[in-house]
Amino acid sequence: MINDWTVTFLVYRQKGQGPAHFDSFKLDVNPDEYVLDAVERIWSFHDRSLTFAHACHHSTCGACGMRVNGVEKLTCITPIRSVTTNGGTVKIEPMRNFPVVSDLVVNTGIMYRRMDVVGHHPVLPLAQEPAPTPAKPPQKEDLDTIRLADCIECGLCISACPIALTTPAYLGPAVLAGAQQHGVDGNRSLLELVDCGDGVWRCHSAFECSAVCPSNVDPARKIMDLRKQVIRARIANLFRRD
Amino acid sequence: MSNPQNKPSASNWFRWFDPRRRDVGTYAFILNRITALGLTLYLFLHLIVLGQLAKGPEGYDSFLKLIDNPLFLFGELLVIAAVLIHGLNGIRIALTSFGIGVSTQKQLFYATMVVAILGSLVFAVRMMIG
Repeated sequence: MINDWTVTFLVYRQKGQGPAHFDSFKLDVNPDEYVLDAVERIWSFHDRSLTFAHACHHSTCGACGMRVNGVEKLTCITPIRSVTTNGGTVKIEPMRNFPVVSDLVVNTGIMYRRMDVVGHHPVLPLAQEPAPTPAKPPQKEDLDTIRLADCIECGLCISACPIALTTPAYLGPAVLAGAQQHGVDGNRSLLELVDCGDGVWRCHSAFECSAVCPSNVDPARKIMDLRKQVIRARIANLFRRD
Repeated sequence: MSNPQNKPSASNWFRWFDPRRRDVGTYAFILNRITALGLTLYLFLHLIVLGQLAKGPEGYDSFLKLIDNPLFLFGELLVIAAVLIHGLNGIRIALTSFGIGVSTQKQLFYATMVVAILGSLVFAVRMMIG
């Protein structure tokens, strides 16, 4: 039997244009519960005005991305045990680099619109998946998609990226990974979109996007691969007659 | 309506230098920026020193006497360490930027830092010997 832990949750609060502050909630939790479970309990039993986003509870929808103790996490798959100890504190904040709508909810609309523009496919057939070494190879022969190698559009990579922190026009890791997946070959408008100062060349190789990605997308590797695609397209354009 | 706070802004640049809870890639990112700023500062100082030449041999010699102390020697060692860290990390970034060694970028960073530390130690010993 697992004894409960007493953990203090410091939760970011901000409504409308008001100032931000942290509210403290001391809970008895099972350390094998997830951070999202604790957030839901705070909402259920302590403060019904707390706003947060969630849906699937199994790392598929990408809605519950937050910063837990300063690190971007999908809270539905982040055990409390992995981020604190008995008697410890868990600081929960909204993702960075997106405007706060309310408390822990941010507006990720710009990312979705950009993902749409680059032609990202949320789920890719296994045969088309370019990842060389998926973390979890499919076990069933009839499995024709590899969900966990696909981006769930949670936005954690953009929150973790230091360049996205300072450059609003930067497309960001998820969007560039989506462009890599789509491919710029023969797609001049996409090439122009990513082959610019706020596109694929803005990345400064901090690799934080891949460090926090909960879906094994490895956006940093895809950005580097996109650079190769762009250079190939540029060279091809030198010899094109049109 | 969303609050504009938390949005990307150039004024967030200082947060680049916060390494707390971040991964190895960020440490490399921060080190590259600090060493770049240090080397840029050194370039200006170097030009000031060269400017002493315009004052003739006496002015230059008196300036050399001024900087001939352990504090400035330590500063020179920092310059050498910054050149090694920035240069070697730059090679790592150039390689990974085009898909070479992306999956081993952490190990590449550790290796470049080991070489930079060893190189700095060699220079330190040579400075102490004279």
